[in-house]
Amino acid sequence: MSTLDIKPETKNKILVEVMLRLADDRLIHGHRLSEWTGHGPELEEDLALANVALDMIGHAAALYSYAAEIEGKEDEDYYAYFRDDIDFKNVAMMELPKGDFAFTIARLFLFSAYSYHLYKDLIQTVEDEQLNGMLQKHFKEIKYHLRHSREWVLRLGDGTEESHKRIQNAFDEIWMYTGELFDLDEADQAAIEQRLFVDVTAFRNEWKSLVNEVLKEATLNVPDDDQYMFSGARQGRHTEYLGRLLAEMQFLRRSYPDAEWK
Amino acid sequence: MTKNSNNQSEWPLWEVFYQPKDGKPFEHAGSVHAADAEMAMQNARDTYARRSEGIAIWVVPSDQITASTTEDEEPFFDPANDKPYRHPQFYSTPRAVKKRK
Repeated sequence: MSTLDIKPETKNKILVEVMLRLADDRLIHGHRLSEWTGHGPELEEDLALANVALDMIGHAAALYSYAAEIEGKEDEDYYAYFRDDIDFKNVAMMELPKGDFAFTIARLFLFSAYSYHLYKDLIQTVEDEQLNGMLQKHFKEIKYHLRHSREWVLRLGDGTEESHKRIQNAFDEIWMYTGELFDLDEADQAAIEQRLFVDVTAFRNEWKSLVNEVLKEATLNVPDDDQYMFSGARQGRHTEYLGRLLAEMQFLRRSYPDAEWK
Repeated sequence: MTKNSNNQSEWPLWEVFYQPKDGKPFEHAGSVHAADAEMAMQNARDTYARRSEGIAIWVVPSDQITASTTEDEEPFFDPANDKPYRHPQFYSTPRAVKKRK
């Protein structure tokens, strides 16, 4: 189901929609981070990025598996490998190419700061016990992602001339994709009514002040909010990059649907 | 410049210690490279603390550790077998103490 103009009706459908949105952000971001494996700037950072990628993919897998249980799908792989780009509900920020190390860090920081506030609120709100349990578990790892990426923003911003320039460029480039994190559509509204999701606009200012504070400490300029903001990826209007990412991620499973890890 | 960072392109080396349980002594886990202490903690966590190894970590700049050398082996570690009074096995351990082990 693409969400272009369809509002989920039953409580289970709303729950699945919420989980797929959360999971798709994390699967696609995890895939982009995994592209650093073997290419990290130092062995230690290579490990760190691979670990964060595994965390993200792990969070997605847990959410997919609960969604599969509710929807009666055979397993969670369906969501990762057998949907087309239009059915993915991630925000566009996640699908942008991995870029340089500064871009990767800027994206991880902005998204982790967002996830931190989102999960903090979700844990207080979500009444579904199983989903809430998962979110609590994942929240611990999100705190670590935020800490790790924050430390790097500070060091790159307040580092050498080159690192400062690169991380500033990264924030400037990615800024137009941050607006979408705070878009609310009909599906979100339905989820908020059912206490399965929260009003993300409520913590936008907190997110903003956390980002401002860190960027300021890192001697960086906060990009202007008053600019064109990308929107619509959650409803299926993705950038050109997602299709290529999926082609790479899905080809093995689609070519050999019965392949198994042995 | 410290001996570990003569090469400007490489981060200094840090030794990582972890505490397996409350009250237990810290054990050496291994080492990591990092530009500063905070990043050394992050790297230590990623490298040595992801499988519930312990509850606390220390990181120490490797060049801050003074270590014995192979030449020290004799004066430091020769067990002095000719001085039997240094070995406590002549004293019998009370049974109550043995049980508690």
